[in-house]
Amino acid sequence: MTSSPTVPAFTLTRPKGAPLAPSPLYTELRAKQPISRVSLWEGQLSPWLVTRWEDARTVLGSPAFSTNPTHPGAPTFRKDTPQGRRGFFANHDDPVHATMRRTLTREFMVKRINELRPAIARLTDELLTEMTKLSGPTDFVEHFALPLPSLVICELLGVPYEDHAFFQEHSKAIVDFNATAQKAEQALASLSEYLLGLVETKRTKPGNDVITRLAAQADEGVITDQDAADLGAFLLFAGHETTANMIALSTITLIAHPDQIPHILGGEEQVAGAVEELLRYVSIVHGGLRRTAVEDVTIDGVTIRAGEGVIIPVHVANRDPELFTAPDDLDLDRANARQHLAFGYGIHQCLGQPLARAELQIVLPEIFRRLPELKIAVPMDEIAFKQDTVVYGVVELPVTW
Amino acid sequence: MHVEVDVPKCVASGQCVLLAPDVFDQRDEDGLVVLVNENPPAEVHDAVRESATVCPASAIRLEES
Repeated sequence: MTSSPTVPAFTLTRPKGAPLAPSPLYTELRAKQPISRVSLWEGQLSPWLVTRWEDARTVLGSPAFSTNPTHPGAPTFRKDTPQGRRGFFANHDDPVHATMRRTLTREFMVKRINELRPAIARLTDELLTEMTKLSGPTDFVEHFALPLPSLVICELLGVPYEDHAFFQEHSKAIVDFNATAQKAEQALASLSEYLLGLVETKRTKPGNDVITRLAAQADEGVITDQDAADLGAFLLFAGHETTANMIALSTITLIAHPDQIPHILGGEEQVAGAVEELLRYVSIVHGGLRRTAVEDVTIDGVTIRAGEGVIIPVHVANRDPELFTAPDDLDLDRANARQHLAFGYGIHQCLGQPLARAELQIVLPEIFRRLPELKIAVPMDEIAFKQDTVVYGVVELPVTW
Repeated sequence: MHVEVDVPKCVASGQCVLLAPDVFDQRDEDGLVVLVNENPPAEVHDAVRESATVCPASAIRLEES
């Protein structure tokens, strides 16, 4: 399929000087042609781009769309993306998706995540203590934003303390911006092998953790040992870089809005609201959620045919002025911030969202309480943003305090 | 206000429990929704409405009286 010259190319480039604002092309499309074609892979595919909040929710909540990346028209981030094993259930439709997801839903229950809060607070304290022993401009990403969620996942999965260094090293290699795809794959393979061993270990040394309970589900025949290991790897894959970038970009955002820092230092409810607004404003999954229609469906007067792809750039929908007043302004008091689509919507909505919320609610106030003089050590326009990645973020963030 | 939940639709996002903990809870075995109070008091109506709005699976139905 070739695209006509009037079809704009899908882009991840942000406007100069406004690294958190969506591309002006998308803002214009949202106002004038909210469901329109874009060209992907140099014109080989022309999926629909859905930019309004309401339409985005309709697509994401509809059973007429599939997340399987192997449909011929699937507008995947990279061409020929394999579906992957079923433990990586985001790329699978029901019933496989539901079966796999259901093995983990209890792990992210609000009460279970509340049990993890003291551990998150302890890890936050330890990392900040270590970081502040260093002097001069220090990379906040390397010393805080990346290790924190990886250590939290260690706690969640039940990785023994003596294996934390191994786990950290390999999870860092998976998300290393400068590493080759081959190196990242090797690191993921090593971690998968490690997790398969951990499933076996937990049978003789059980703990109050995810891998112990997945091993039990494997014993009951609900899943295989390989599934249990893959589900553990998927949690790392889904929860590491996302949370890390959310921490780094929220920190940048708060430093750029010093008048709003008191909100993040406020009471529990105020902090919870502030985190929702940061999720909306930052919207890290800027590569967009990808779907393929499995039946003809008409949305907002546009008919999407079975087999056609759809890209939902949630960071654009999250700044839809129809729902959010002055959407480009950060307002940590915004009443309807929680209606953002930062975690997606529909049956595939982020399973780890209660954990992500808890981490942000603990980490962000603690950073600004401990380091009231926190500054970025380079001018804002010299910060290296990761533009061409599914998850938006910064390569590094030199800070002083 | 009368609240109903469609348990098979629930995907355990937990948002209703965070917003209205006196009205919604989660089952220990799988995290799916449990309705604690189907006729919640007026002071939590806004939180219940917001829960229904943000529920990713549209599993919460409200009848306003």
